[in-house]
Amino acid sequence: MSLVMATVKRDLLLAARNPGEWLNPLMFFLMVAALFPLAVDPDPKFLSKIAGGVIWVAALLATLLSLDALYKADVEDGSLEQWLASGESLYVLALGKALVHWIASGLPLTLMSPLLGLMMALPDDAFPALLLSLGVGTPVLSLLGAVGAALTAGVRSGGLLLSLLILPLYIPVLIFAASAVYHAGIGMSYNGQIGFLGAMLALAACLTPFASAAALKLNLSR
Amino acid sequence: MSTSFAPDSVDLIARSLYCERDDRVLFQHLDLHVSNGHLLQLAGPNGAGKTTLLRLLAGLNRDYDGELLWKGESLHKVYSEYAHDRLYLGHLAAIKRALSPIENLRWLMSPWMSEDRDHAVSEDQLWGALDQVKLAGYEETPCQQLSAGQQRRVGLARLAIVPTPLWILDEPFTALDVDGVRWLEEQIQRQVGRNGAVVITSHHALQNIPTLVRLDLGALAEQEGLL
Repeated sequence: MSLVMATVKRDLLLAARNPGEWLNPLMFFLMVAALFPLAVDPDPKFLSKIAGGVIWVAALLATLLSLDALYKADVEDGSLEQWLASGESLYVLALGKALVHWIASGLPLTLMSPLLGLMMALPDDAFPALLLSLGVGTPVLSLLGAVGAALTAGVRSGGLLLSLLILPLYIPVLIFAASAVYHAGIGMSYNGQIGFLGAMLALAACLTPFASAAALKLNLSR
Repeated sequence: MSTSFAPDSVDLIARSLYCERDDRVLFQHLDLHVSNGHLLQLAGPNGAGKTTLLRLLAGLNRDYDGELLWKGESLHKVYSEYAHDRLYLGHLAAIKRALSPIENLRWLMSPWMSEDRDHAVSEDQLWGALDQVKLAGYEETPCQQLSAGQQRRVGLARLAIVPTPLWILDEPFTALDVDGVRWLEEQIQRQVGRNGAVVITSHHALQNIPTLVRLDLGALAEQEGLL
């Protein structure tokens, strides 16, 4: 267990030393919401209808942007080899890495989303739904994305491959989350959608670390 | 740390190992036995399979035929116990350039630092080890500001503290200066002297250790008619 804790601590320290790596996707997220009204139609009535969907698409793409680097450095500098050499469970390590990724990407996205909601004239009733859907949905994005990152870590310029692999898996999350925000905006219940996202999170947290661990082992058996 | 290891704490056996890479047989019918007090040097020309064999012995790669036994049981079955008893120092140093030597060492040593293990390594020992590898005063400098040799020393500092009977070292002499080489030789002597074992790949001539066994993979391949 100690190596996992140490890795989480070390990766958070690294994120603090290199803020550019996690600020860049965050800036991307912010800019999409800032540019959208300029390019399409600044009318609040029109914007409020699409706000939830636009914010979620931006969050999804911002997550994708930050995934490529998740395991790459660890493969290249030998950290991954040391993990395997330590004999500790790769499952727990993969879970720890996904957690770090969420803290550096999903969590700031969630915290920043109300600001984007204001910029996109999101209906007042939809703010709780936006926060809740991002809070439950972005960890799913991190967990699923980590599998792709583990698979492509040893591939030179694997970013494109990673997007192709992971994007289809993100679509159910996007559909349920955007639908939750939309329904909240027109005053309908959105419990069902959040419930579905919660179920996806539970499933992803249990199963994706197996896939990540297997992919990481594959990377090392060269 | 002056206490020596129990007499049966190292028992690594390879039986008729066979390994090929890219349709080329690297070695076959390879038998070896590493036990307490042994120093095994894997030698041979570049591409002879030294690192491949070392990674097999370290349990990092399962792509081989034959048997690997740790204390009489299949190495991969008892892998977590094996991992606890051996230190693997790879060709890649696992050093993060944005972090300082002490932060890097803390991470590298974390498997041996949990309280519930016997001989748990303490924070003081980490600082002491950095002092031994001549990194005193640089403990909190980001590694990107250190030289290649100094970065190697951060990884090597583990040798001064890690309480495992078996060391597996891949080209540890790379990028070290004369002082560093002497220090590393002393560490290897100390490990063998306290009844531990070392498996090493190196082109460096190791001296003053009577139990040294050299395994020349190039010569072996010639004997087996693999070349």
